[in-house]
Amino acid sequence: MILDSKIPEGPLAEKWDKHKFNVKLVNPANKRKYDVIVVGTGLAGASAAATLGELGYNVKAFCFQDSPRRAHSIAAQGGINAAKNYQNDGDSIFRLFYDTIKGGDYRAREANVYRLAQVSVNIIDQCVAQGVPFAREYGGLLANRSFGGAQVSRTFYARGQTGQQLLLGAYSALNRQIAYGKVKMYPRTEMLDLVMVDGKARGIVVRNLITGKIESHSAHAVVLATGGYGNVFFLSTNAMGSNATAAWRAHKKGALFANPCFTQIHPTCIPVSGEYQSKLTLMSESLRNDGRVWVPKTVEIAQRLRKGEIRVSDIKEEDRDYYLERKYPAFGNLVPRDVASRNAKLMCDEGRGVGASGLAVFLDFADAIKREGQPAIAAKYGNLFEMYQKITDENPYENPMRIYPAVHYTMGGLWVDYNLMTNIPGLYATGECNFSDHGANRLGASALMQGLADGYFVIPYTIGDYLAQNPTAKVTTDHPAFKEAEQAVIAKNNQLLSINGSRTVDDFHKQLGHIMWDYCGMARNAEGLQFAKGEIRKLREEFWRDVKVVGVNEELNITLEKANRVADFLELGELMVEDALQRNESCGGHFREEYQTPENEALRDDENYAYVAAWEFTGVGNEPVLHKEELKFENVKLTQRSYK
Amino acid sequence: MAGSNPNAKPMDLTLKVWRQKNRESAGSMVTYPVKGISPDMSFLEMLDVLNEDLLRGGQDPIAFDHDCREGICGMCSLYINGRPHGPERGTTTCQLHMRHFNDGDTITIEPWRAAAFPVHKDLVVDRSAFDRIQQAGGYVSVNTGGVPDANAIPIGKSIADKAFDAATCIGCGACVAACKNASAMLFVSAKVSQMAMLPQGKVEAKTRVENMVAQMDVEGFGACSNTGACAAECPVGISLENIAIMNREYLSAKATSEHVA
Repeated sequence: MILDSKIPEGPLAEKWDKHKFNVKLVNPANKRKYDVIVVGTGLAGASAAATLGELGYNVKAFCFQDSPRRAHSIAAQGGINAAKNYQNDGDSIFRLFYDTIKGGDYRAREANVYRLAQVSVNIIDQCVAQGVPFAREYGGLLANRSFGGAQVSRTFYARGQTGQQLLLGAYSALNRQIAYGKVKMYPRTEMLDLVMVDGKARGIVVRNLITGKIESHSAHAVVLATGGYGNVFFLSTNAMGSNATAAWRAHKKGALFANPCFTQIHPTCIPVSGEYQSKLTLMSESLRNDGRVWVPKTVEIAQRLRKGEIRVSDIKEEDRDYYLERKYPAFGNLVPRDVASRNAKLMCDEGRGVGASGLAVFLDFADAIKREGQPAIAAKYGNLFEMYQKITDENPYENPMRIYPAVHYTMGGLWVDYNLMTNIPGLYATGECNFSDHGANRLGASALMQGLADGYFVIPYTIGDYLAQNPTAKVTTDHPAFKEAEQAVIAKNNQLLSINGSRTVDDFHKQLGHIMWDYCGMARNAEGLQFAKGEIRKLREEFWRDVKVVGVNEELNITLEKANRVADFLELGELMVEDALQRNESCGGHFREEYQTPENEALRDDENYAYVAAWEFTGVGNEPVLHKEELKFENVKLTQRSYK
Repeated sequence: MAGSNPNAKPMDLTLKVWRQKNRESAGSMVTYPVKGISPDMSFLEMLDVLNEDLLRGGQDPIAFDHDCREGICGMCSLYINGRPHGPERGTTTCQLHMRHFNDGDTITIEPWRAAAFPVHKDLVVDRSAFDRIQQAGGYVSVNTGGVPDANAIPIGKSIADKAFDAATCIGCGACVAACKNASAMLFVSAKVSQMAMLPQGKVEAKTRVENMVAQMDVEGFGACSNTGACAAECPVGISLENIAIMNREYLSAKATSEHVA
């Protein structure tokens, strides 16, 4: 298989405009003859479904939640980047492109990232026109802030609820098309298989989560906007329902899965409090603008603190180690996410962690409160402080917050070309579901940008190009390919329901999460990864022998829903480990302990690993086949990321 | 560990939970004892623990809606001890922690009760009526592309902030559950007033309020009798003022309506 990224010829800055001119167009009168399926209604899915409906295609949109407005994009707090340069502080499309490529540790495609930076400016215009209430200055113009270590203020925000407001904007555009009859919405419906006819994606098989009915839907193209796979780790900042099933089942039908080991561990989350913990809560990265990260200087002081022999206030200033400020004087507490997370782990590994478990570091606002006063800090972070207090029952104005890294975002995903089409003709992947724009590490406020860029401004052009080259003839769901896929889905559900073993789905999921976190989390090594591979295989076999799923298919069955998702996580987890094993370098969120500088920084190997690892499925338990897409850098110079 | 009170003792509780097989069948309250509940658990984690026990015993776990568990998606929806989202003000069920209960407590858990929110199963209700109200007009009619530069539409900070306050509605339905008439006025008014305040939304303000109110009536929500229970129970603090704004918008729209109905 040859991976063709289909990157247009020509200078970087002209590629997208040229491509838009070169793509084939569908005659306005013919658009209504084409059906498009969009799975997922977060930023990437809702924006795509709405825009394709506006253009005149017949769209069917699916989500597993009770309403499209609930998709997990809604939980994004910090903001959305755009190269508007409204602040006159030196931002530009090229700078946003450069920061994103560098932040991704040179493992993303130049052409895709440049396009992302280009359309970023259109996104803000679009959202404002929809009535999204971004933060504003007294003069009535839009406010910006610097975010995630960026040297310019290019982040647009809506208090700590930017994702919510952007999603409600996309949801409103989607609703308008639903009202017009151009989009048919299927909530509480989960995709369980992709259907291919003559080598092309022609539909999906879904389960109605209320009635359990297995149904097929056919179309001329299928867009997967189903988010990331962070819940492989059981504990993550993802929503409880976030899952990889749609993407994974497409992978099993032939779609390549790219860079699965690139996962982002976010540094500022509320630490785990007990075995019953169901999810982790992120505290916006903006807190690092004013909070200082520290641990006790010595293991001995940390131990006494953990045992409750001393209080935080007993620790003298000279006994506190503000380790990010010490190690990275230029960026201090604002180093990128991967660097901040890894250092928190290092401190805790040394035995200097805080909290009863020793798996936390302090994020301290005492200096900021002294400098600016409590009201000023409350105005900036009030809702976050409140959230922290609600969960931990501690007052962060009086005591430093305790934070620890948690799985947050997955940069890997389905392999797509420049058109966001997978290697299966007619199957597209957008937003977090694809791998394309963030390389080995995503910068803050870039996920919302990518989701909306793909849905509003990329897919509407590129899908037209594909449809224009394909006949309008429809495939009906009576086609044997649909019947076969339905039967396979039914057989799998029946199998899960008939095992009647002794362990619950959550029990398996938690064990998988522990394996992934311990061996394929913030730091990995070959020995541990080999071990994890064996453990996951064993666990998967046990799952299919001993899982307990009660009830029947023909009802609202929360255990069956979860069992399907965890069955897929148990396969995907192994691929993540496999991918981490083959990448004998450290880059971004992928830190292999064998490959580090004497100062414990990530040691990239551009000579041998400047490629996208795209994996082909060859059967459960079989070794997957690796396909490499070489990354060419013509516009940036590859340098060692340094935040000293 | 995360809580400030590591010595807090685990609690034993009695839960009375609404169980209903599906939309058609009759439901009833079923009593479940739960033991060893940590005060640091969230309310939903407490239910997770119960569900794991039920599953191990081969019983059907309790179905309830939940997703983000961060208080923002609006999916969780329990009626706890007679109050939507439970006893804490300004808190969704997923952000409610067990430290607000005491050892030995009996806790009743029911679904949202409203004719317009039929029960799917146990504590899961159908809130699609809310989506249909939004589809009736909760948007600005702009297509993707062809819009002016974002800063070409200046909006005064105080108005932008006020519109934002209305826009924070998470669509959970607690307002309906809290209302003795099961009225959806707070929910509908939040969107109507957000859009009416902003210049982008003003163009269609009249038809929007007419259509959204009409759809609200079609869905079978009750009338507003100004008790204010909705705002008192709203987890994100949507203000009653929005209802006043919507009433004003509705009256002025009707007075000059292009719709004859």
